[in-house]
Amino acid sequence: MQPISAVNDFVVKFANVNGSGSASANELFARSVLRMGVPVASRNIFPSNIQGLPTWYEVRVSGDGWLGRRGGVDLMVAMNPQTWDKDLAEIDKGGYLLYDSTKPIPASRFRKDLTLLPVPLTDICNHAYSDPRQRQLFKNIIYVGVLVFALDMDLAAVKWLIAEQFESKKKLIAPNLQALDFGYDYAREHLLGICGLKVKRQDKVGDRIFIGGNDAAGLGAVYGGATVCAWYPITPSTSLAEAFTKHCKRFRVDPATKKNKFAILQAEDEIAAIGMVLGANWNGARAFTATSGPGISLMQELFGFSYYAEIPAVVFDIQRGGPSTGMPTRTQQSDLMLAAYSGHGDTKHVLLFPEDPREAFEFAAAAFDLAERLQTLVLVMMDLDIGMNDWLCKPLAWDKDRKYDRGKVMTAEELEAGKEFGRYLDVDGDAIPYRTLPGTHPTKGAYFTRGSSHDRYARYSEDGGVYVEVMQRLLQKFETAKSLVPKPVLHKAKEPAKFGAIYFGSTSAAMGEALAALDDHGLHIDALRVRAFPFSEEVVEFINAHEQIFVVEQNRDAQLQKMIVNECAIDPARFISILHYDGTPVTARFIIKAIADRVNVGKAREAAE
Amino acid sequence: MTYIAKPKLHHPGLPTNKLGFTRRDYEGRISTLCAGCGHDSISAALVQACFELDIAPHRVAKLSGIGCSSKTPDYFLGQSHGFNSVHGRMPSVLTGASMANRDLIYLGVSGDGDSASIGFGQFAHCMRRGVNMVYICENNGVYGLTKGQFSATADKGSKAKGGAVNSDSAIDLASLALLMGASFVARSFSGDKKQLVPLIKAAIAHKGSAVLDVISPCVTFNNHAGSTKSFDFVRDHNEAVNKLDFVPPEKEITVDYEPGTTEVVRQHDGSFLKLAKLHSDYDPSDRVAALTYLQERAAAGEVVTGLLYIDATAPDLHEHLGTVDAPLNRMNEKELCPGADMLETINAEYR
Repeated sequence: MQPISAVNDFVVKFANVNGSGSASANELFARSVLRMGVPVASRNIFPSNIQGLPTWYEVRVSGDGWLGRRGGVDLMVAMNPQTWDKDLAEIDKGGYLLYDSTKPIPASRFRKDLTLLPVPLTDICNHAYSDPRQRQLFKNIIYVGVLVFALDMDLAAVKWLIAEQFESKKKLIAPNLQALDFGYDYAREHLLGICGLKVKRQDKVGDRIFIGGNDAAGLGAVYGGATVCAWYPITPSTSLAEAFTKHCKRFRVDPATKKNKFAILQAEDEIAAIGMVLGANWNGARAFTATSGPGISLMQELFGFSYYAEIPAVVFDIQRGGPSTGMPTRTQQSDLMLAAYSGHGDTKHVLLFPEDPREAFEFAAAAFDLAERLQTLVLVMMDLDIGMNDWLCKPLAWDKDRKYDRGKVMTAEELEAGKEFGRYLDVDGDAIPYRTLPGTHPTKGAYFTRGSSHDRYARYSEDGGVYVEVMQRLLQKFETAKSLVPKPVLHKAKEPAKFGAIYFGSTSAAMGEALAALDDHGLHIDALRVRAFPFSEEVVEFINAHEQIFVVEQNRDAQLQKMIVNECAIDPARFISILHYDGTPVTARFIIKAIADRVNVGKAREAAE
Repeated sequence: MTYIAKPKLHHPGLPTNKLGFTRRDYEGRISTLCAGCGHDSISAALVQACFELDIAPHRVAKLSGIGCSSKTPDYFLGQSHGFNSVHGRMPSVLTGASMANRDLIYLGVSGDGDSASIGFGQFAHCMRRGVNMVYICENNGVYGLTKGQFSATADKGSKAKGGAVNSDSAIDLASLALLMGASFVARSFSGDKKQLVPLIKAAIAHKGSAVLDVISPCVTFNNHAGSTKSFDFVRDHNEAVNKLDFVPPEKEITVDYEPGTTEVVRQHDGSFLKLAKLHSDYDPSDRVAALTYLQERAAAGEVVTGLLYIDATAPDLHEHLGTVDAPLNRMNEKELCPGADMLETINAEYR
């Protein structure tokens, strides 16, 4: 078996034990590759656990800039005896295995086709350190040192990164550099010329940044003018509220008074969190919560209230594996239908589907404009893959002249001038009424907000006709939303295509790669990345322009496809579902193979090989 | 506010307050509750209190949950914004509203079903946080809108109209409020306007979570012999610990009280509460003693009313959060957005 030989195109996977301090070392490795101008895609695959269970970190090195999971592993850093067999089985034929060789491992536990990179990590640590904690932590840095040599990486760049990382804790710099050298030197002496995988300096990273989606969305909420955040801890959304807190502490503290231009509250549960969000938005502040599937389930009653009483609200749903508690630390796109029609009675909500952290930032800010313009709930549908992983993406952008769209809020001056106010009166023909904020005017513009049926002037009414009128206007308002939400993005194939593909969110990264591979092999597929619900006209036009449509989703039940069938009145037979829902991010290999299986064309098969 | 209210047409003899409003300007729509309902008396007390305090009605936000009590905000302060939320969730909605704009007066109106059952958690948590609000629980021990089921505040052994006997222990919201850290706890009776109006005024002037547990008999489903929330029962077993006089900030108390029998509390806004002690051993500044006293009297079958506890110096939610003095709800790009140049710096940090 020929060992794999590859430059800037391979996958390194780290198998660790949760709580062993491996995360920062693994991230150091990923960032080091980036510093050499080579794109990486990194993903944490972690357990719902604080200490002891297996955790993995996957780094795809891709000179071509493909950022989805590729599938397969070329080099495994196997640091967890519990998962040894499974980890070894996952390595591609002819791949590499870096492991701790301190204790002898019987030959039967290895695969013959693998090239071994044995390093006595425990031994090195036991000699160098007396403190058990240091022995554990520096083991991780030592294997990074080994990789830096084995993959022919730039040692100086890694050292520079370490210095940057510990800038605020300078005394940690020297021991980390020393540990890195232990690994590097050991590899130079014992592993010279063994590894066929190489990182070669490129200039493919450009001005791109490496950021997590929850971090970016939290920043987007700061830029978008959110002042109130109420939340309840739930994986994988917690770090969004924490990021918002972090960014607020940096940017929103009045320098003179040291007081906060924000109010963040950890609520007692998700119901209270959304209650606070509604109360704050009703009162004119931009307020949001971040949650995941179980939280969405709990919030539904107040989602319906937001829809019917027309109160703006922004909710980030960082989707995880459902149903029920499901897979809290795995990714899925399985809350779509729940979110879109959440609440009893006839309800519909605006959904946004960011594809990566950059768009999470953009949509986070946009969500507040949309919510206030439309006076309704807007859900930003992220997922664990976007939220909790660092992605290489274009720099975040903000127009310096951008103003917030605070929607239709009638002022005291307008009321005083005698402008007619009816809370649910459609004056402009776009089905969006005006609202007033509490405390605006002593004698005009007060109204009673209620979830019970009401007329155009917010008065209680059980009259069927009055009720239907409001419900019809809400439908019309949803039509207005179609023209305001982000438009879908079209990717044309190299040549005219009879096949189309629709996808959204984090599938984007793997999808781009799969489409390019299929295109190269002569299977041409036009693709449309849907970015919002309700679906705009472009979605219907795209479907009509193609014979068959693949809909690629990370859920079991083809939820986006069903929503399209439902909302756009399209024959279900036009669609072919490509579904990936095991909790890991979808890979290009999976998409290519699934499409090849369906069309059964030789050229697609080739691509799949 | 720069807007001066136009007085409504009214009887020329009707007294006006400092803002030129009559008591009628604080009224709302006509109540749809049963004739004689205790809740309507509470609405009337609220109207009276706001009128006497010279509060601009539009500076009040009234929020409620679901139930008979929660319908009442439509029946008072017609010039105030109202929010009739969902069952048991008024505290969270009000908390969010308060976070958005600290300048308004927040009246939370709820009932025993809304607060002691479905909303038990939210009731407790908004007390813990010190949300600056008046929390009025119109407590009748019964689900009125669904026709007479026991609520969680119904006393053990009390009888429903149809004869069923409640076997569950009662939740005492006043005790719970004390335990959860409310800084103003009072109990009153809807039929005792003389006690209720000054308590409401004191609660409004209080900065922090002010809880008023108001026993408010349900004339239709819970006003019969065997009920411990009936007019007759409460009148017979009412034990007031003090008699409250509310003195607005500008009228400083210098003389006019007899040391030993009267206690004066100065609140954040400078107002004074003058408490004529009816029970010499009752100290409303001692949370532990208040809890003990409530338990002792309840065991003796009495309903203790009056100002049960006050901590006039307790910090409220906004102090905990360290928010700026200006309301958050009207801040815009200039105050809130770090800007395009800063984003360049941020981008560089992620490379």
